[in-house]
Amino acid sequence: MYAYNEFDEAFVRERVRQFRGQVEKRIDGSLTEDEFKPLRLMNGLYLQLHAYMLRVAIPYGTLDSRKMRQLAMIAEKWDKGYGHLTTRQNIQFNWPKLKDVPEMLEALADVGMHAIQTSGNCVRNVTADHFAGAAADEIEDPRPTAELIRQWSTDHPEFQFLPRKFKIAITGAPNDRAVTKAHDIGIRMVRGGAGEPGYEIIVGGGLGRSPFIGKVLREFLPKAHLLPYLEAILQVYNLSGRRDNKYKARIKILVHETGLEEIRDAVEATFERVLEEFEFPSDLLTAEIAGHFEPPEFDNTQTLAFGEALEADPVLRAFVETNVAEHKNPAYGIVTISTKPVGGTPGDVTAGQMRVIADLAERYGHDEIRISHEQNAVLPHVRKADIPTVHAALKAVGLATANVGLVSDIIACPGMDYCALATARSIPVAQEISERFHALKLEHEIGELKIKISGCINACGHHHVGHIGILGLDKAGVENYQVTLGGDATETMALGERAGPGFAADELIPALERLILAYLQLRHSREETFLAAYRRLGAEPFQAALYPEKERHAA
Amino acid sequence: MPVIIKEGRFIEDPFTDAGGAFVALDQYSAAVHDREAALTGIDVPADTDPQALAGLMNSVAAIRIAFPSFADGRGFSIARKLRRMGFNGLIRAKGHVLADQYPLAIRSGFDEVEIPNDQAGRMPQSQWREALARTQNNYLDRLKHRAA
Repeated sequence: MYAYNEFDEAFVRERVRQFRGQVEKRIDGSLTEDEFKPLRLMNGLYLQLHAYMLRVAIPYGTLDSRKMRQLAMIAEKWDKGYGHLTTRQNIQFNWPKLKDVPEMLEALADVGMHAIQTSGNCVRNVTADHFAGAAADEIEDPRPTAELIRQWSTDHPEFQFLPRKFKIAITGAPNDRAVTKAHDIGIRMVRGGAGEPGYEIIVGGGLGRSPFIGKVLREFLPKAHLLPYLEAILQVYNLSGRRDNKYKARIKILVHETGLEEIRDAVEATFERVLEEFEFPSDLLTAEIAGHFEPPEFDNTQTLAFGEALEADPVLRAFVETNVAEHKNPAYGIVTISTKPVGGTPGDVTAGQMRVIADLAERYGHDEIRISHEQNAVLPHVRKADIPTVHAALKAVGLATANVGLVSDIIACPGMDYCALATARSIPVAQEISERFHALKLEHEIGELKIKISGCINACGHHHVGHIGILGLDKAGVENYQVTLGGDATETMALGERAGPGFAADELIPALERLILAYLQLRHSREETFLAAYRRLGAEPFQAALYPEKERHAA
Repeated sequence: MPVIIKEGRFIEDPFTDAGGAFVALDQYSAAVHDREAALTGIDVPADTDPQALAGLMNSVAAIRIAFPSFADGRGFSIARKLRRMGFNGLIRAKGHVLADQYPLAIRSGFDEVEIPNDQAGRMPQSQWREALARTQNNYLDRLKHRAA
């Protein structure tokens, strides 16, 4: 994985030094909260409902045991002993004290980490496929490109005060696990006509109040042109994006209101000019950066032990069925560690659990860990023969929940339990759903089902692209939950459609139970997922299950 | 009196001291009739399309770009685009620019910053000097450099 060079090290240390001075000025009163705000936001420090929150960047979701152990140390020393994995592959600490934050940043710098550009109207942490470098379906590892974009966008002089935040995601596989079509810019690694590597550039996707599926701006961009092209898009956006209304300030609105063709013309014209000036860092990309992402030395010996263990242990079998994905090396598997035990808070990981993950990565996983946008941790390279041992170790600390991709593998935003913007609670809804379906013992029978919950219309919980989306609103002081159906976060992205009127908090779980039981009746076979059944049948039979009274009235 | 910040120091406005003046784009051709072109600059608002200045790249002496709020970063792109269009004259940022933004302004192609007097009182010269030192050692220069 990428290791800081002297330049990165000096840059991050200087930022910590600056921020330490700013905190001192805030504490002694020479900076007001208003003046301090843009400065703290440049370093990932938010003011939440109850406390400050520090959002730490995990670039493209990649880390190792050393970094993970340091996060555990930080959680214990300066927070309440846990961290929260986010949908942008970051980790948040929810209870830091302002005076401690410079020390926390210093501790992060000690292991080559930082919180730069995890907030503010700038290019945020670049996200990537969490199976990058391991997935069987991958064309090319997207992380060297993601690292190049990280370097280019960090402290970019032109793009620190954009109309709004700017999110970039990249995937190197045709099966899109990085939700590229819901980003300001989505990048897909593709091959040109002559087999040469390049990128498809998607622009203007996003969720939030006005969801849009990203549109293809350039079908094929040669690799060496990436940074000038990104620079052209950002310049067009910076100059033309709306600044009169923060809810209409994202590039998706500019693309929508201006039209894709006109945006494309403007970008291409700017791109030509940028190309004249820009020297391509292609040698840097291929040599220096890519060198950090060489695949580990795989141990190709296969044993019968894995098959025998599967045969003997149904709990392990269930775990492998849901939590282990196909690796490009047949002797290996990709192990997803669910942070969503029954009744737990999606994305919360304790310091003790972090250390176990670090130990397992070091011992059995070529020292690689990933954080997924679905708020889980991933050990991307585990020899199949070691999976039973890894599973047992995870089980001992409550990390072996076999539910990846199932009804309880829920994405939920922090909601009203933490967030100042939220209009309803999200975490308790996720907990109730997982408890209810656990009690029904139907989770594995139901199969793949993505539920995503947002506690307000800003849609941090990605509800628009959940097979079942839940949006918590405030209706005259009472929490009310709208349900959307048929959303899809992958390469076949679709926005869910609102099923009907919202539900009160105590009506929601029974309604979801009716909905999912109806699906089990409606599907052709076990192979037909909830989403496939919805696409085949349309909304009507699902609405009938959600709103049975209406059926009766109509009869 | 506004304060000009150049090379990390507070100075009095050398352009107007020499008899120069800034005018709006639509008054520029009339203005250069009455005075020397070298003493005539153009004032542009933050919503300017730099392309509108394309015909003046070789003739105009100075361009002053407005920053209505520190959160409005359009000026950075306008300056950078003007430099890419070949403009070699003076570019000045005018308005709500913070000392912490000074390195960004320099790196985007600005020569100097003009801030109101009261703001200069709150953000003394030492802050701008310190910020200027951060202009060096940045990722973008390094990326371009390493490519050569």
